[in-house]
Amino acid sequence: MGFARLVAVVMLKDLRAELRTKEAVNASLSFALVVLLLFSFAFDPDEEAMRTMSGGLLWIVFAFAGTLLLNRSFARELPNDCLDALIAAPAPAAALLLGKALANFILVLAVELIALPLFGVFYNIRWTSQIGELMLTIVLATWGMTITGTIFSALTVNIRLREVMLPILNFPILIPALLAAMQLTSSLVAGNPITDANVSWLKMLIGFDAIYTAVSLVLVETVLVG
Amino acid sequence: MRNKILFGVGAFAMILLARNIYVIAGLPEEVNQGAIFKIIFFHATMAMTALTCSFVAFVSSVLFLITRKFVYDEMAVAVTEVGLAFLAANLITGSIWGRIIWGIWWTWDARLTSALVCWLLYAGYLMLRRAIDEPTQRATFAAVFSIFAFIDVPIVIFSIKWWRTQHPQPVFWAGGSFPPDWAAIFWLNLLALMMVAAVFTAVRLRQEAAQREIDSLRRMAHAL
Repeated sequence: MGFARLVAVVMLKDLRAELRTKEAVNASLSFALVVLLLFSFAFDPDEEAMRTMSGGLLWIVFAFAGTLLLNRSFARELPNDCLDALIAAPAPAAALLLGKALANFILVLAVELIALPLFGVFYNIRWTSQIGELMLTIVLATWGMTITGTIFSALTVNIRLREVMLPILNFPILIPALLAAMQLTSSLVAGNPITDANVSWLKMLIGFDAIYTAVSLVLVETVLVG
Repeated sequence: MRNKILFGVGAFAMILLARNIYVIAGLPEEVNQGAIFKIIFFHATMAMTALTCSFVAFVSSVLFLITRKFVYDEMAVAVTEVGLAFLAANLITGSIWGRIIWGIWWTWDARLTSALVCWLLYAGYLMLRRAIDEPTQRATFAAVFSIFAFIDVPIVIFSIKWWRTQHPQPVFWAGGSFPPDWAAIFWLNLLALMMVAAVFTAVRLRQEAAQREIDSLRRMAHAL
């Protein structure tokens, strides 16, 4: 099988396994809702304050909810020694990582696209005016989050305190990407398009994705096979 | 012999530090900031030492993944711990300086935030190590994470710089105003702190080597 085919097989396997039980997606979505709700108690959301904070709020929700999904990515393979079977399969580790990262990307993106309109309804935000650029920002930042999250999921799958270690490792690495996503999202949700003033954030997101995708693909063999 | 060199370097570093503190105390006060400005001799040099440590940790981690020799893993953990201590000292001295000059202990300015993020990255590295028991797996995973963290350092610094900046610009480069005799003391102090860091690392390295030996003896005892 070619590389692309292997990636697709792993991705479809993960998506099928997740969609049959829906346990991680459901948990992630309910968690996103709970956090969205909690924010309304944390401060009194008036329209002006919401506009400046929306990017930060959304990405905190996305990052937390995404972590729940990413945690399951390799943990799902532990029962029945599926992980050993996957590693022993005649497929390069990079294909395995890429397939899993794409499956996670689709799942996290789905949760985000459900949480985003709810956020708009709850906090009375018209977020659709720059929808194209907003989607671009969300796709880029979510990919950054899932590619590092997937390799760290592999890194933490066999260790103590797995659920805690993933965000402890992943969030500090993600800070540049999350910072860029928060800045862009706040401005786009408020209805301002990307201009010369903040296009550098977009470049930063693209750079982050490119660097960490490359580094992850190079190092995944070491993580999985040793 | 190794002990003697180690103690010799350590003693020399202590004497150099004491001499530097004596000279720094005798310098005239800076025009705008007064005596507190002299904290720069420690504050900035500690940051440079910490950055050097993170670079050494990166190189050791890459070497470990290539050669699979545990001495590089030991080097990486020793130098990361020392670097983390220096970065913590850098954050604390910066906080003291900020309290006197800006009137606040902490502000979310570019360099303060970057330093804190780097501290969290390498604290995560040490936590990851503690969570893994099997030595080969621990060394491999820690090396991978160390590479991720080191690549993140410049990205963090640039991104947060774009985000905001309040920290004074460096005074050495590009039309700086640091007098040359002060610069000489600054570099001497950097040398002293680097030597302290090297001695700490060497001591920590020996602990790691001893730990590895104990572990292998224990395994042997179990096998018998």
